[in-house]
Amino acid sequence: MTDLTRLSAASLASKIASKEVSAVEVTTAHLDRIAAVDERVHAFLHVDREGALEAARKVDNGEITGPLAGVPIAVKDVVTTKGVPTTAASKILEGWKPPYDATIVERLKQAGMPILGKTNMDEFAMGSSTEYSAYGATNNPWDLGRIPGGSGGGSSAALAAFEAPLAIGTDTGGSIRQPGAVTGTVGAKPTYGGTSRYGLIAFSSSLDTPGPCGRTVEDTALLHSVMAGYDPRDSTSINAPVPDVVRAAQIGKNGDLSGVKLGVVKEFAGDGSEPGVLSSFHESLEKLVKLGAEIVEVSCPHFQYALPAYYLIAPSEASSNLARFDGVRYGLRAGDDGSRSLEEVMSLTREAGFGPEVKRRIIIGTYALSSGYYDAYYGQAQKVRTLITRDFQSAFEKVDVLVSPTTPFVAFPFGSRTSDPYQMYLADLFTIPTNLYGGPAISVPCGLSEGLPVGFQIMAPTMADDRMYRVAAALESAVGSFTPPEL
Amino acid sequence: MAAISREEVAHLARLSRLAVTEEELDRFAGQLDVILQSVARVGEVAAEDIPPTSHSVPLTNVYREDVPTPSLSQEAALSGAPDAFEDRFRVPRILDEED
Repeated sequence: MTDLTRLSAASLASKIASKEVSAVEVTTAHLDRIAAVDERVHAFLHVDREGALEAARKVDNGEITGPLAGVPIAVKDVVTTKGVPTTAASKILEGWKPPYDATIVERLKQAGMPILGKTNMDEFAMGSSTEYSAYGATNNPWDLGRIPGGSGGGSSAALAAFEAPLAIGTDTGGSIRQPGAVTGTVGAKPTYGGTSRYGLIAFSSSLDTPGPCGRTVEDTALLHSVMAGYDPRDSTSINAPVPDVVRAAQIGKNGDLSGVKLGVVKEFAGDGSEPGVLSSFHESLEKLVKLGAEIVEVSCPHFQYALPAYYLIAPSEASSNLARFDGVRYGLRAGDDGSRSLEEVMSLTREAGFGPEVKRRIIIGTYALSSGYYDAYYGQAQKVRTLITRDFQSAFEKVDVLVSPTTPFVAFPFGSRTSDPYQMYLADLFTIPTNLYGGPAISVPCGLSEGLPVGFQIMAPTMADDRMYRVAAALESAVGSFTPPEL
Repeated sequence: MAAISREEVAHLARLSRLAVTEEELDRFAGQLDVILQSVARVGEVAAEDIPPTSHSVPLTNVYREDVPTPSLSQEAALSGAPDAFEDRFRVPRILDEED
């Protein structure tokens, strides 16, 4: 019998719709796979076996139909799921069961997608390696001694380990694309405002964007079309039609890129990328040229300031957003023995509940927003954001999309960057400009370096998400797929 | 840009309601100094006449019709609370006994 966990989401959906297999069989196969391998991968923080099977039964009973009905999915633990533990991988929310669903979770349920469970991540989505989870790191299925990327390492590792055919991630500075790149999977950050943030545990509100993760570009586009769209409960949600990303991916699969102009960013050239990453990137460019694309060098002079601007803006917003974790209404409370004041209990709760990266960023954010430093740090960073947006707009007058490696390096061994936080931040060098601008971007596997996956990033103008899917699907057709060793 | 001192980290931690340990103070002071020196580069480029961008999409207020809709039950609202008493959140004391 076919191993159902190896099939694409599109193929599973087709087999379920034609009743060749049942949704319960598909869901059970993935739950069994999780039971067999997750002890080694640690992609999941919580598995909801009963909830997933109940949703699958509804599809088999004909109560729900749709393009992904019956296809199971994993959800990053920063997205609220009613009655199912949601911790953002933090001790401060250990055991918390939200009383409501995020809008994107409601949409998955309405589409008949069984939710397998919640995936591991860096605490509050702060990190580039999933080493900052309070519940232990996730291991990269390509090499269990290496990081799966971050912050959405659990979602991407679950895909690479065949524990789920689809997953939800969130991308604040690259947290969908960077894990996608280092696990050999596909990850897309939609246009900011194209997917609802209602029900996300906020990290940096002006940057956080939920998005789809898959093993193929078409699967990722299918999930994108299910989760995207206007949400009146989110004041930053864009009230406009969702671009037809599924059709764009299908067109791209045909491999014709005639007339498409790809912009290569001049300023990304001298960045210290690993030689294997650069050679995979350039080989991919050659393949795209053979499909008819034209390569144009473009200058984005302010991209070099994106990383510093991001590491001022994101912690500033985080220091404000995380003020709600005070031990009063939900989550952990420490030191409340009757002898301490409210303020002391808050401080002890936050000390006990937050991990090192979260504390570092809260302190940086507090510093950047404090009187006397605001203009020099936060105010300047917001101006840099304007300049980066202008760079993108100017580039998109000359080209259809911008391309780059997704990450400067392949998956690194655990512990090799934790002692120097700024070295860790460099993992997001190529992904961050897009978050500051707000446009969509996708990472597609494009080759291997020293036996580990390399990602190719495609960035598009805001609300032109379909454009990046077309190029991504064409590249995927040209380079083929990459499968990790058996676990 | 000024270097960040251990005392300054301690002050910021107090403002942030974080009871950091002595060991964390030593560690964070060094790390934050490196990070802040690196990010200070934003000051090199943005001139006076550049407007700041806070969001990539225009923000709009969201209104709904002024009609009653179902809300969370008292039980649901208190379900994640660290402590509750007589259907209310129980919080640590905020007044001294003599107050």
